[in-house]
Amino acid sequence: MAIAIRFRATVALIGRFPVLAGVDLDVDRGQIVLLQGANGAGKTSLLRACAGLLPIVAGQAEVLGHDLTRDRRSVRPEVGLLGHASGLYDDLSVEDNVTFSVRAGRGNRDAVAPALARLSLDGRLRAVAVGRLSAGQRRRVALAALVARAPRLWLLDEPHAGLDAEHRDLLDGIIRDAVAGGSTVVMASHERERATALAGRLLTMAGGQVRHEEEGGTEGRPVPSGAFSPSPAPAERAHVA
Amino acid sequence: MWRDAVLMAGKDLRIEARSRVAINQVAPFAVVVLVLFGFALEPDRGVLAQAAPGLFWVAVLFAGLLAVQRSFAVESADAARDGLRLSALDPAGIFLGKAAAVALELMGLEALLTAGVVVLYGTDLRGAALLLATAATATVGLAACGTVYGVLVAGLRVRETLLPLLLLPVVAPVLLGATRACEAALGQSLDDGWRWVTLLGVFAVLYVTLGILAFGSLLEEA
Repeated sequence: MAIAIRFRATVALIGRFPVLAGVDLDVDRGQIVLLQGANGAGKTSLLRACAGLLPIVAGQAEVLGHDLTRDRRSVRPEVGLLGHASGLYDDLSVEDNVTFSVRAGRGNRDAVAPALARLSLDGRLRAVAVGRLSAGQRRRVALAALVARAPRLWLLDEPHAGLDAEHRDLLDGIIRDAVAGGSTVVMASHERERATALAGRLLTMAGGQVRHEEEGGTEGRPVPSGAFSPSPAPAERAHVA
Repeated sequence: MWRDAVLMAGKDLRIEARSRVAINQVAPFAVVVLVLFGFALEPDRGVLAQAAPGLFWVAVLFAGLLAVQRSFAVESADAARDGLRLSALDPAGIFLGKAAAVALELMGLEALLTAGVVVLYGTDLRGAALLLATAATATVGLAACGTVYGVLVAGLRVRETLLPLLLLPVVAPVLLGATRACEAALGQSLDDGWRWVTLLGVFAVLYVTLGILAFGSLLEEA
């Protein structure tokens, strides 16, 4: 199994504070990994480091074959990060935001319309300025941008936050499909029950380090190519219909 | 790089068209500045007409500050700047696109302010070629320099107050050169206006080059 993320004694600083204080981590491609831990444990920093947004000052850090200690920009187009903020432009419409994200990521514009439809953002919402949407709807727009870009590594920080039950189920289906398509997913979530069922591995962080690891649900473990059905989950199928 | 620049400029201009901040706030602000200069100086139109080139470019500078601040405010809101960093866009293309959007906004504003100085100050427009060359080079220089300094302070909490402090002294040569060139075009001085345009051109080339080379690093630090 190819490695998606390999960190060894990785240290990252914000100012002088070590937000990652010697992280050791291996993530295989096609895995779903859940990061858990108290606020300030380093979950968000680990996700941002994987995206090449935090400079690595010591140790090794390799993501999708890119050595982040040498060049942390080259990995970015292959990574999709959904952080606490949605990263959207309030004055642009839903469709314009997703289209800009796809074009800026050198993605296929033809993927925009299906992504909007999947997140129930087609129809009336498509032309609405993002600044007029609710928090949950903004979250769905950001997710639609990720779906349309189809990154190889999904980094999701509290992805279920702000979504209603129906769209949480839909998000779970999207994550399953991403993994079925060969992507890797690392997410931080306080939705323990839901995320645990989804993830193949649970990593507990504290003090900027991975302190504990346990197995999660079976579906997030890496599977041989072709062994995973990409069909949507029942709840999602009902939603799309 | 050019494709990315067009994409960025299109995005920024679309945001301005939808939000109408440039039309509803920046342009009225610049016109108010012109009117206030009229109040501050003598109502005698002769003095206003003599000072018109300088007052015009001071108004453009102030409005340009707002345009640059606005250009980076939309990237700061909702962490859109992270999206730019994570994109596959060439940093030089991002710089050129943002600077081009600011420049186009400023050109529209300058057209409005030109009408303003003609109506309010009684300025008689002459030397169209020199005026247009001055406007083009000064605008490119202001937009490029503003975009460099805009990204430099974009990540700071004090960016709104720090940007004018940093930018206004740096663009003093633009104010000087553009004012002198316009005075020459309007027949108010015996200077060779084209020499001032050359200075403005050098300034613009310098900051466009600096922006292309440094914007990526500055965006990383923002």
